Amino acid sequence: MNDPSSLPLTPKGNNNLQTNTNTAAKKLQAFQNSKFMKLLRPILGVVVSLYIVFRLYQVLVVHQEYGADTWTRLLISGLIIGGVYSLIAIGYTLVYGILFMINFAHGEVMMFGAYAGLYSFWAFKIIPIAGDPPTNFLNAYPILAIILAFLIGMTVSATMGFFLEKIAYRPLRKAPRLVPLISAIGASIFLQNAAMLLFSPQLRDVTNPDILRRGAGWTIVINGSNVILPYTGVFTFILSILLLVGLYILVRKSKLGRAMRATALDKKTAALMGVDVDSTISRTFIISGALAGAAGVMWGIHNGLVYYFVGFIPGIKAFTAAVLGGIGNLPGAMVGGLLLGIVESMGPAALGIDFQLKDVLSFLILIFVLTFRPSGLLGEVLSEEKV
Amino acid sequence: MILNVDNISVNYGAINALRDISFTLNEGEIVALIGANGAGKSTSLNTVSGLLRPTTGKVEYLGSDITTVTPQAIVNLGIIQVPEGRKIFAKMSVWENLEMGAYTVKDRKVIQERYEMVYQKFPRLKERRNQPGGTLSGGEQQMLAIARGLMAGPKVLLLDEPSMGLSPILVEQIFDIIQEINKTGTSILLVEQNALMALAIADRGYVLDTGRIVLQGDADDLLHNPTVINAYLGGETTD
Repeated sequence: MNDPSSLPLTPKGNNNLQTNTNTAAKKLQAFQNSKFMKLLRPILGVVVSLYIVFRLYQVLVVHQEYGADTWTRLLISGLIIGGVYSLIAIGYTLVYGILFMINFAHGEVMMFGAYAGLYSFWAFKIIPIAGDPPTNFLNAYPILAIILAFLIGMTVSATMGFFLEKIAYRPLRKAPRLVPLISAIGASIFLQNAAMLLFSPQLRDVTNPDILRRGAGWTIVINGSNVILPYTGVFTFILSILLLVGLYILVRKSKLGRAMRATALDKKTAALMGVDVDSTISRTFIISGALAGAAGVMWGIHNGLVYYFVGFIPGIKAFTAAVLGGIGNLPGAMVGGLLLGIVESMGPAALGIDFQLKDVLSFLILIFVLTFRPSGLLGEVLSEEKV
Repeated sequence: MILNVDNISVNYGAINALRDISFTLNEGEIVALIGANGAGKSTSLNTVSGLLRPTTGKVEYLGSDITTVTPQAIVNLGIIQVPEGRKIFAKMSVWENLEMGAYTVKDRKVIQERYEMVYQKFPRLKERRNQPGGTLSGGEQQMLAIARGLMAGPKVLLLDEPSMGLSPILVEQIFDIIQEINKTGTSILLVEQNALMALAIADRGYVLDTGRIVLQGDADDLLHNPTVINAYLGGETTD
């Protein structure tokens, strides 16, 4: 009874666990500073840069395979997917900032949001609205239907995030850092299978309202050829940016945001200021979940297909984006997401490789960031205390 | 009695950090808890703040039992701790740190008044209010830590080693400020290794050693107590 370790903070008795992770981190740091890595880094850097320059030269100067129209198309699709990555990446970064763990089930939280959007649109389509000709709720009030679908998707994912933390991570708050990570992977597999059993393994088509028909869009003529600026894409991109800006203001300017940052910096002192640390962590998961939910609904609207595995790849890509920008760093996740979307979309063309290798390209970026700059583009080197 | 700590014991796993210790704080007093490293001084404060739960005994604030109350509820009651090592939120600006101090205060007008009070007491903080807390010097950080505590409008202020790592002149300044705060009606529980300084401004004192209270009494008496002089005042006799 009354064991002080049941409290939200780590009393000194738990230090041995912390020390273990500390030595692991130190070993990693020692490895990164080792002679082998010191030698490997510049060699690898030169080889990779030479290869990239060589390929870019071949594609852009020698062959000139693609015109400006193709590049614009690729840029557009890169920005759209990048916005979605950013939204999901924010969830990784917020949770990492406050708990120093990677929430590997975050992609699944997004997947449930995508399903919520899918079923909302289905339901709206069934509700009949009398008129001439008779129509349905989805097309009679498309804007309201879209707003409702997003609210439902965000609520479902926020709830998932809340319970995910409560069930899978909170009981392990005092455990060594590897333990919640394994729990996260377990939660991810569990949620995928739960979704498969609940919604069947079938791929589902999302029914968009007519004003957001997939494939339709504004046409711009570049180089004498038509480039389509899809409605769904523009909608997705603008909404992502609005949500990102909203989140940034929330974290920077609001009282909740300050409490979140204070909790991330120092839980014990935050508690001494009267911050309820547990509820702040819960709220962080709720916010992350809501953003992932919005990303899921967007994914459904723009890509059109939803199935139980739909969150996995975007989840891992967004994790890559968060690492690329500097995990724990909010603007980093935003920039990282957009950058990854663009690289993934334009990279294969620019390097003259198969378009199907775009995933390989993303994960190569992850490996290179971890090798050359583990703190990411905008991240700072972690202090001893945080490690 | 504003604060009554009655026979508390605290364990860290199998280690007894505090064994049946009792101390009290009266309204308007400064009480010093002195002792060497690991004597249990910070543990005592963290228990009062609700960060640690005692296995036995109880903590009373104005007659009501607060032993099992959450840390944030204790802050709400007006018991504010300024933690050891200042614990400034390094990446947050000075004013954001102060804003965190006033986290439990709902009334914007009260917060504004406190800002003015705090900025008047610590003009340096006003100059540097947009600077990240981590860029301040040690002395400024200690002032920020105390100012942050004052933003909550404490009835009881728990100060954990405010002199740590500061030059003698700065220590003197900090202790002057502590006395000033006390004169405005805040009761202060002061934890210090610098026994001489602490007892000089305190009304009463308790000496802790390995989780037990070994001596207690008026600060003046403790200052002249041979045991205290030998153990904590470097063996110099003051008479």
